[in-house]
Amino acid sequence: MQNATIKVALIGNPNVGKTSVFNQLTGLNQQVGNYPGITVEKKQGICKLSETIKAKIIDLPGTYSLNASSIDENVVIELLLNKKDEDFPDVAIVVTEVENLKRNLLLFTQIKDLEIPTILVINMADRMQLKGIELDIPALEKELNTKIALVSSRKKTGINELKSLIINYNSLSTEPCLNASIIDPEYFDNLRRAFPNQLLYKLWLVITQDVNFLNLERNEIKNSFTKSHSDLKRLQQKETIKRYQFINDTLKIGQKVDKTKATNLRAKLDRILTHKIYGYLIFFGILMLIFQSIFDWSTIPMDFIDETFTSLSTYTKNNIPAGEFTNLLSEGIIPGISGIVIFIPQIAFLFLFISVLEESGYMSRVVFLMDKIMSKFGLSGKSIVPLISGTACAIPAIMGARNIENWKERLITILVTPFTTCSARLPVYSILISLIIPEERVFGFLSLQGLTLMLLYLLGFGMAIVSAMLLNYFLKLNCKSYFVIEMPSYKVPMFKNVALNVIEKTKSFVAGAGKIILALSVILWFLGSHGPSSNFKNAEKIVIQEMTKNKEELSTEAIDNKTNSYKLENSYIGIMGKTIEPVIKPLGYDWKIGIAVVSSFAAREVFVGTLATIYNVGNHGEEEVTIRKRMAAEVHPVTGEKIFNFASGVSLLLFYAFAMQCMSTIAIVKKETNSWKWPLIQFVFMSGFAYLTALIAYQILK
Amino acid sequence: MKKILSDLKIGEKGYIDEINIDEIPLKLLEMGCLPGNLVELIQIAPLGDPYYFNINDSHVAIRKETANEIIIITENAI
Repeated sequence: MQNATIKVALIGNPNVGKTSVFNQLTGLNQQVGNYPGITVEKKQGICKLSETIKAKIIDLPGTYSLNASSIDENVVIELLLNKKDEDFPDVAIVVTEVENLKRNLLLFTQIKDLEIPTILVINMADRMQLKGIELDIPALEKELNTKIALVSSRKKTGINELKSLIINYNSLSTEPCLNASIIDPEYFDNLRRAFPNQLLYKLWLVITQDVNFLNLERNEIKNSFTKSHSDLKRLQQKETIKRYQFINDTLKIGQKVDKTKATNLRAKLDRILTHKIYGYLIFFGILMLIFQSIFDWSTIPMDFIDETFTSLSTYTKNNIPAGEFTNLLSEGIIPGISGIVIFIPQIAFLFLFISVLEESGYMSRVVFLMDKIMSKFGLSGKSIVPLISGTACAIPAIMGARNIENWKERLITILVTPFTTCSARLPVYSILISLIIPEERVFGFLSLQGLTLMLLYLLGFGMAIVSAMLLNYFLKLNCKSYFVIEMPSYKVPMFKNVALNVIEKTKSFVAGAGKIILALSVILWFLGSHGPSSNFKNAEKIVIQEMTKNKEELSTEAIDNKTNSYKLENSYIGIMGKTIEPVIKPLGYDWKIGIAVVSSFAAREVFVGTLATIYNVGNHGEEEVTIRKRMAAEVHPVTGEKIFNFASGVSLLLFYAFAMQCMSTIAIVKKETNSWKWPLIQFVFMSGFAYLTALIAYQILK
Repeated sequence: MKKILSDLKIGEKGYIDEINIDEIPLKLLEMGCLPGNLVELIQIAPLGDPYYFNINDSHVAIRKETANEIIIITENAI
């Protein structure tokens, strides 16, 4: 009987449009998570095949073969070798691309050897005519022992055929295409005799992998069959040659290519985009466009969100019966949520650009352009992708360093990426810049505030480069450096892929950071509106007593204000703030900023929300005031000077530029480097450096 | 004529003759960098490294030091 939910694994080389096929099959029914125990992204979705039958589609990381050289690739192999895994597929779909069929089929023949029912998808079928390619599908199906779906995810053709192939997966052949064991019959015979109940190709994979497997006893196999690493590699080469021979023979029968029809768009674009001068000019032009969009274009929706939430908070305060709950809502929860929602425009813009650059195939050219420069700093050309994605968020960026082959280059990339200006710094930067930098233009069109932001980005990037050089000099790790990158053909990005990616990334950012911010806002509100001593409870009495003692005449409003600030100072948070004040005073901060800075060590974006909460607790006025106006109005109670002046503003900007204030990043670095050593070194170095620069800046400027 | 892969000029082609298997990542073999296959140099990065090849219809960029481990026979010699 057929299972009501068929488990399907989607496998394929990078850049073959696997994600497009996944999106076509699943649409909005997708979920993204991590594989248990590791941070590799796990994407799955539901596809409705018929009224009664559904398929659970698992999108596996892109891989060139079943020989794992990275954690991503390891995920694929571990799943395919472990029949007990709950995601073990009923059927595997190998996605290939018309133009690179030869290379793509290598992976296909390996998966066939694992005797899993396999469907071959040939994607980008709409390009066939353009490239002068003809395919004899029945002949290919016969040679490859499988069923083929000719799909164009761009033109949305072939998806229904693919769905009906999935429904009828039981009729697929599980025979391998070729006999790989003839590369060394004696060795494979021994192997077969020693493990009679195991699949031969599976044994061979386990022996040759560089990575550890969870579920197979690898050592046992190793001891009885020793071959040197070098010999094994020669055998793998033989195997690869063997597979290519089979593929070439197959394609001679099933594929005709008319080379005269091949258009050479790729060559032409490559000549421009990787040109000595134009190449760099275009790249920096694109970077400028990204920064412009972050600061200039996204301020419009951001201002709107800011003001909407401020009025919502005031409305709640004035229209819901007063009490603890109303206070929590209007002073804790609403400002907290606002502190998250306000970043959405900027994050969406960033992920939009990054995903368009990736989808179009341009990112690989940037890697190519930058490799030589980056290698001078101990990085790889591939580090440019983490460093650019780091402008959105360090977490996916650090995960993106996984495809760097050399451990030292990868480690340095991981350690320096948090210096790049992530979107969590943006709200802090934009509010501080708007407070301390005048809204003027230079040369008539360049905004001074925009330039300051650009400068801060460059500062972060420069710091990343400088620390990379230091690490390269001091780290004594001996690793062989390999660099292999595919240059995919250029494609117009598909709207659906880009949109889904932007929505997905923004959603996970809001959910991830949102939880922390909301929780902190509620805690801060509680700590700010409750106090331990009788001073807190009797604030009003004490203020009036003081007043009469000093023979002051004050309006009721002024008495209220005095009472509130007295309350805040004697609340839990006030006491905590006063305790740490000696440490932060040399940087130019008062205890309120201090609290915001300290809570920012959970996540930077908490800064604005924290100040919003603290100032809200201290203010029970009825007027609508945005957080920016409130910060601008904040004055020192004794000196009467503005709290956010140029010196303290610069000091804060520098502190946020350099300090490691993100728990999630620390967690991810721990996972990716598999030790506490690196995240701790990173934390101490970055935060120490931040303190020092902020201190120097304030002392000079004040 | 036998040459080292990195000696090719832009646009020049050759057939792979020999590779130093201990120095070449397996990934490159799997992308079709195997004896007998055709390879063309498409572009050299602005600062002289890496090199961008079309190997057996795979478009890949590798560093010069890797390209030094591959010996080819240039086309006009055949």
